[in-house]
This record gives sequence, structure tokens and C-alpha cells, in this order.
Amino acid sequence: MSAAREEILARIRAAAGPAAAPAEVDAAYAALPRPYRRAHHDPSATDVVALFAERAADYRAVVQRVTEGELPAAVAAAVAPLASVLIPDGLPEEWLAKLPPGADLVRDEPPLSATGLDQISGVVTGCAVAIAETGTIILDHGPAQGRRALTLVPDFHLVVVRAGQVAADIADALARLDPARPHTLISGPSATSDIELIRVEGVHGPRNLHILIASLSQ
Amino acid sequence: MPTYLGMPAFPQAAKKAVADSQLRRNLTHATTAIRTKRAKAVGELDDWEQLRQTAKAIKDHTLANLGTYLPRLEENVTKAGGRVHWARDAAEANAIVTDLVRQAGADKVVKVKSMATQETGLNEALAAAGIAAIETDLAELIVQLGHDRPSHILVPAIHRNRAEIGELFRRTMDDAPAGLTDDPPRLTAAARQHLRSEFLAATVGISGANFAIAGTGSLVVVESEGNGRMCLTLPDTLISVVGIEKVLPSWRDLEVFLALLPRSSTAERMNPYTTIWSGVTPGDGPQDFHLVLLDNGRTDTLADATGRQALRCIRCSACLNVCPVYERTGGHAYGSPYPGPIGAILSPQLRGVGSAIDASLPFASSLCGACYEVCPVAINIPEVLVEQRARSVADGQKHYSERIVFGASGYVLRSPRRLAAAQRVASFGRHLAGRSGRIRRLPPPLSAWTDTRDAPAPPPESFRAWWARTRGTGQ
Repeated sequence: MSAAREEILARIRAAAGPAAAPAEVDAAYAALPRPYRRAHHDPSATDVVALFAERAADYRAVVQRVTEGELPAAVAAAVAPLASVLIPDGLPEEWLAKLPPGADLVRDEPPLSATGLDQISGVVTGCAVAIAETGTIILDHGPAQGRRALTLVPDFHLVVVRAGQVAADIADALARLDPARPHTLISGPSATSDIELIRVEGVHGPRNLHILIASLSQ
Repeated sequence: MPTYLGMPAFPQAAKKAVADSQLRRNLTHATTAIRTKRAKAVGELDDWEQLRQTAKAIKDHTLANLGTYLPRLEENVTKAGGRVHWARDAAEANAIVTDLVRQAGADKVVKVKSMATQETGLNEALAAAGIAAIETDLAELIVQLGHDRPSHILVPAIHRNRAEIGELFRRTMDDAPAGLTDDPPRLTAAARQHLRSEFLAATVGISGANFAIAGTGSLVVVESEGNGRMCLTLPDTLISVVGIEKVLPSWRDLEVFLALLPRSSTAERMNPYTTIWSGVTPGDGPQDFHLVLLDNGRTDTLADATGRQALRCIRCSACLNVCPVYERTGGHAYGSPYPGPIGAILSPQLRGVGSAIDASLPFASSLCGACYEVCPVAINIPEVLVEQRARSVADGQKHYSERIVFGASGYVLRSPRRLAAAQRVASFGRHLAGRSGRIRRLPPPLSAWTDTRDAPAPPPESFRAWWARTRGTGQ
């Protein structure tokens, strides 16, 4: 127990009154009114996958809708210009089935250094969840996504989103995640508005974000 | 929080800033653009007001129960493999961070833009200890390269236009590409190249956080450029300095705050990148994580029944972008890392009103209320300003003469005869105005009025006198 900790907590008691019992605090929290809408789109009336595609494209990500059957060819076409492609653990092998035999595929085994990652042209991953309302992809860095640095240092990120992974809104997307894991929310390629508040795409994160949305049928 | 050395009171600083026409053009250009975009982004959500009221209620509940939520946050961060430190003030926070950087054996750190470390003056403290702090946010980099001060919460270099930034990069960046123009994409690419090797070699990263989730021990950093991800992911050691008011009870609260913050701040449905982490994840990101919880005047603010609402602030900067005073004076006149309307109520509360600038900040507003209207956590800034003004007047020193002026106005306005006489006298006041047609300074005690205002010269004839003479015939 540091002296600073005790003093800050004492100042809080002096300012806001003594701390209530945790159960009481939790009950007061649970009783807070939440009059907002947890869903802004009615899934029976809205094509959430189409909405996601439209909103992600608004950020100038390259967005392409394909069927599961077309996916391997679409992956191969997307990474064709890249000299080397990073493949995280757990990426479904069938996604790579149409890559040319000579393609330079790099695995993170043993783990690559930051400078090592900087030598690689691009990375292919899946994702955990996507949000239609905001055009956002969420990685939880589990299987097929790799540790955080893999989707950060290479300049090209191809991400495959399966239609079933698209949540309509922020609330239902967050509810699908495990808070104990690290998460990266990605809405378009890196950008800045720091010069005259004009948006410029492409700063430190991948300057190219390519999204393939795979559905069972078109 | 640093009170910038030799900072004059707001009216003097503002007078100088308002005379800078380049600054005013830069600010008007930038704030006008963002105001329109924000209105559109907010208009898309028809339950904006409900989201706003919920955010207010969550923050008020959390602030009232900080004694429960902070230990809970500490417990969960510790469980997840992080270490939690408590800092009573800026000096203590800086000492903790300096020690941690030394323990990591580093003489250089990369930083994500952080208001908390602006507030504590961390970069200066690290420099004094022989540690170089590299700001990696584009606008912070512009400020750092120019030995300048931040003037906006979100875009600290908003007072610089592309031509000024181009000139700065060509002059100060030793690796600036040959033939670098003022084109924003080219300038951005130059910054990317300049910082790349720093990111790849960094061993210690320093950040703040937008939110800290007590129930899960998660920290959240909202950003755009990817410099945040670089600093939060690549170094071995990560130190996050976070104000105690940033805590939220649970994971679920992010559904409210992630809807409000990007739309209020950059006018986007969602910002490009948000990083969320809990403690240490084996094999992914920094393996040594420290959270420094910062008081630095926040508990004093919490003790103030009216002023404590300023602690709800999520640093979106929407209030700066709509403020007519900010648009004309810029951020530097506020003499604080927190400029604009929120700064006018936050800085004096966090620092106390010991300096001329802090004593004058509650008066740095026209009370038009636009700031309250756009605030995503419904901070009633005019209410706090009026309260602080009332206290300042009750303290009785600075604005004593204004009381005499208002007393005299009441006496004059109660009688038509006295008003007519006063207006005739006032017309002679024209001769006090200079060539600008404005009265800059009246003799005491009336100087109390003109010290904080430029008054237009009175017309040669009052409307009442004109009407009495012509009966509206226009002759």
C-alpha cells in the first residue's frame, strides 16, 4: 500500500463521501437508465453485410464481396502484387489454395523482430467481429489473426470477413468479445487530420486495407 | 500542470492572438470545416441525446464511486499482469515514469499523444533526467519540432497551416525528402518515414488512455494514425499515465463512449484505430506494463459540487471547435494544455486560481452556450463559468470596479431623463477612440471595464436623440 494510494483514496472520501459497499455500487450501476438504442438497424429490414461493405468503403478501404467458393481466387488476386505475404497461425489453408506455387509466404515462427516485419510486403488475416454501423473490423488476435504487430508493421493488410461475423451495431459487436484478450478496432487505413483538419489516408499503420467479405452466396 | 512561464492573463494574451490575422485565418478555416462534419456525423444517430444523457449518468455514477472503482481497476490490471502506481501530483507521476524508464535501461521513449503527460510536463522532466521523449502524433511532432506549444486538444498544431508546416519540416527534419512540398499527403509521408526507425527500435512506450475499464482491467486508446498502435505494441515496456477520472465501470460502457467520442471529435463514425488491452498478453505486445493513476488536482475538483462535472470530459474537443472566443484567440491564449471552453473551467480547478491566467479564465467566454450544446457528456460549461465568476466577484478584488459600473448603469437606466443625459455624455466618448474606432482603455475606475473588453466608439447621436429630432422621417 503506497502512501500516495492511501492519500488519494482519502481525498476521494473527503470529496465524495465514504465508499459504499461494492454490492450497493453495482446495484446503483445496474439501475442506471440506458434510454439509447443498442441497435440502430433492424436486422430483418437491413442487409447488415451490405451496410458494412458500404461503410467500410467510405473510409477508402478496398472492399470486395465474394462467395466462399470465390474466396481463394480473390485472395490470390489481392496479394498478387506483393513480394512477400505474412501468414498468421490458424489461417485456413483453403484461403491460400489459389496462390501461385512460387509465392513467398512467411510464417511468424520463430517470432519476427519489428525490423523483420518491416521487410514483409503484406499480411492476410481473418477477424473476430465486424460492425456494420461504423464499417469497423475488430481483431482479437486469436487464430488466423496473429499477434498485434503482424497487422501493424507491413504496409498492406488483407482481411477476410465472413458474413456471419458482421454485427449490426457497436453494442452487439462488443458483446461477442472476450475483454481479457487484446483488441484492435480498425476502421479504414491509417489516417490523420492533423494538417488543417483535412483527412489524409496512410500514416503509420498499413496504408492499404483490403477487405474481402465472404458470403455463402452472392 | 504547467502554467506556462510568464503567461499573461487571458485578455492580454487574447489581444495579441486576435491581432494575428494568419492565426485567425488558420483557425476559422479548420474549425468551420470540422463543425459542419461533426453536425452531419451526430445527425446520423437519432438517439444522440439519449447516448449523451447515458454517458453523463455513467460518468457521474463513476465519479461518485471512485473509491470503489479505482481499487477495482487496480485489482484487475494487477491480475492481468500489469503494475499499478499512484501519483498525487505531476511531480510524483514524472518521478515514477522516470524511474521506470531508467529501470528499463532506456534513454529514449516513444510517446502517443497524451493530455495527462502534457499536463504533468513529463517530456521536460524526462529531458532533465537525460531521457529523450519522441512525440509520434503528427500534430504533436509539428509542435515538438517547432519548439511550440499545443493549441488544441485533438489537433495541437491547428494554429499552423500547410505552408508553415512544410517550411518547418524542410528546416528541422534532417531526413526530409528532397523537394518536399506543402501538400498534406507529402508532409504526412515525410513524418511516416521520419518516425519509422524510431518505432522499430523503441524499447519503452508512453501513453495515456481514453478509458480504463474497472471491471476488466482494460485500457482503451483511441487514435487515427497508427502511431498509437506502434507505441502500444512494439516496445518491451509500456507506461500509461491516466487521470483517475478516466475509469469506467464495465466493458459494456464502451458501446456508449465509442459511439460518442469519434463523432464528437473527428466527426467520423469510428476513428481508424482503437487499441484495447488488459495487462500483459504473453507473446503479444509489451511484456512489462505499468499504469500510473494520476490525481493532480482531480480530487480537489471532485470536492466542488458544481465544478466536478468537468471531470466527465472525454477530451473530444467539440467545445473548442464551436467556441466563438476560441476561434478568434486560438488555444495559446488560455495558457494551459487544456484550451477552449473546457480548459477555461478545468485549468483553474486543477491548478487553483493562484496565477493571473487562471484567475482570468472564467471570464474568457461570452457564455453563448454552444459548448454545452455539443458536449457529448453534457458538461454545463456556462454554469461552471458563472459559478467561478460569482466566486471571483465574491472574493472582491479583481472585478470590484465592474460592480461600480453595473451599479451606476442600474441608476441611469431606471430614469429616461438620466439615460438621455448619459447618452449625450457618451457621445463625447467618441473622442476617446483611436483611429481604429475602438476604445481600448478608459481611465480608472472605468478601466476595469476596458481591461477585459474593447468597446466600439459610441455613435455621434443616440437613437433616442435621433428619434426626438426627426420623428423617424429620416431627415
